Amino acid sequence: MAETRYTKDHEYIRIEGDTGTVGISDFAQGQLGDVVFVELPAVGKALAKGAEAAVVESVKAASEVYAPVSGEIVAVNSELEAAPGTVNEDPAGKGWFVKIKLKDPAELEGLLSEAEYQDYVKTL
Amino acid sequence: MAAEAREADGNSASAEALLKTPLHARHVTLGARMVPFAGYDMPVQYPSGILTEHVWTRENAGLFDVSHMGQAFLIGPDHETTARALEALVPADIVNLQLGKQRYTQLLNEDGGIIDDLMVTRSADPDEDGALLLVVNAACKLTDYPHIEARLPANVKLVRAEHRGLIALQGPKAQEALAALNPEVAEMGFMTMRTLKLGGVKANVTRCGYTGEDGYEISAAAERIGEIWDALLLDGRVKPVGLGARDSLRLEAGLCLYGHDIDTATSPVEAGLNWSIQKRRREEGGFPGAARIQREFAEGTARVRVGLLPEGRAPAREGAEIALADGTIVGKVTSGGFGPTLNGPCAMGYVAREHAAPGTKLDLIVRGKPLPATIAAMPFVPNNYKR
Repeated sequence: MAETRYTKDHEYIRIEGDTGTVGISDFAQGQLGDVVFVELPAVGKALAKGAEAAVVESVKAASEVYAPVSGEIVAVNSELEAAPGTVNEDPAGKGWFVKIKLKDPAELEGLLSEAEYQDYVKTL
Repeated sequence: MAAEAREADGNSASAEALLKTPLHARHVTLGARMVPFAGYDMPVQYPSGILTEHVWTRENAGLFDVSHMGQAFLIGPDHETTARALEALVPADIVNLQLGKQRYTQLLNEDGGIIDDLMVTRSADPDEDGALLLVVNAACKLTDYPHIEARLPANVKLVRAEHRGLIALQGPKAQEALAALNPEVAEMGFMTMRTLKLGGVKANVTRCGYTGEDGYEISAAAERIGEIWDALLLDGRVKPVGLGARDSLRLEAGLCLYGHDIDTATSPVEAGLNWSIQKRRREEGGFPGAARIQREFAEGTARVRVGLLPEGRAPAREGAEIALADGTIVGKVTSGGFGPTLNGPCAMGYVAREHAAPGTKLDLIVRGKPLPATIAAMPFVPNNYKR
């Protein structure tokens, strides 16, 4: 069973083996509003934890999506280029952004669990 | 994820200090997301979201609360006196404004820069001769009013209409929806005003707006405007629309947003607002900054406001630099985003005159990278005004 961890910046990473699927939380897509454009990185790009992994633009504003952990981009969701609204419709599923091969799985320990993240969102 | 905070546009204040419009409780009940805007707690969107609200307005009728805007009366002994007092501050021909007609103009500083843009309406009622209704931007009203008052002759007074609310009904079905409350509104021409009853509430109705669509702005007493709002929302053609879609609608329509596309450093000629300065004023002058503006009419300006269509789907936002292929910076984006009806990004900004011809290819610098764009005529979406 895959485990999902969150950042306080509202990215999620769903861990499967040594790879994590990164997207933005349902709360984040709701705050952003209608997504109209997504800019994705090149496959093979190495990112440090906290570096810009993607850009998501809603009608109102541009936002950066940061890498929750360090690693290498091994896949991007190119379907979002034609259908950016998928981020709103299914953020945890078809609306994913990138897959990262983890450099240091220990970094996951600094992220929030599902329950911790839901508690955090309630304070916002 | 980190958003560039743009929602809280127009000098946000601390939450407890925010003002509320007469319709505030209705927005909360409708589930609106409220944000600080120009000192007011305003609906940026309702649950349906900005895209849906935008498209609804282009196809049906959107209802906007714009009660945060500044409404004031300029009152003098007769039209000529009041009009001349205002003409000392703005470049439009107000003296020849006919009964019941409305005009767009700008308050100018001594350098010909724009202090604010505003709508000026002459009452249709001959008994109200000498009164002009002004509608100014919310974020500017606290500076506009003292500016105007300090420059009026003794026999002309500025009376702030703070007891009034203002709503806008915009879209191709606006006429049908408002005519259900009073059929007379169907007879109104573009940029005219009538005082009439809407479902028993006395209102000043103007046929104008800020979306590029046909529509009306409706001013009524603060304690009664909710009755008009409620009656309109009972109509299936009408849905509430927030400030988010108001911004994307006006951007597609090529309309300036004060503090972004025009400001105290911009002249109306640079902004392409020449049409709002009538021939008599161009020739006679007699308004602040007239020497500069007359020179600009004769010689042109070094920079001009243009429309920009980026290639692809990525929007270019306010502040993006505009560059030639060799990297030389020739301008800056002042408004930009995604046009839901255009189904693509659009922007406006200022560029050096020699690079401003429609069809010119330029780069917009977005996140450090050149985004190819073409200078395009505005509006980006055809206007649908009542003619």
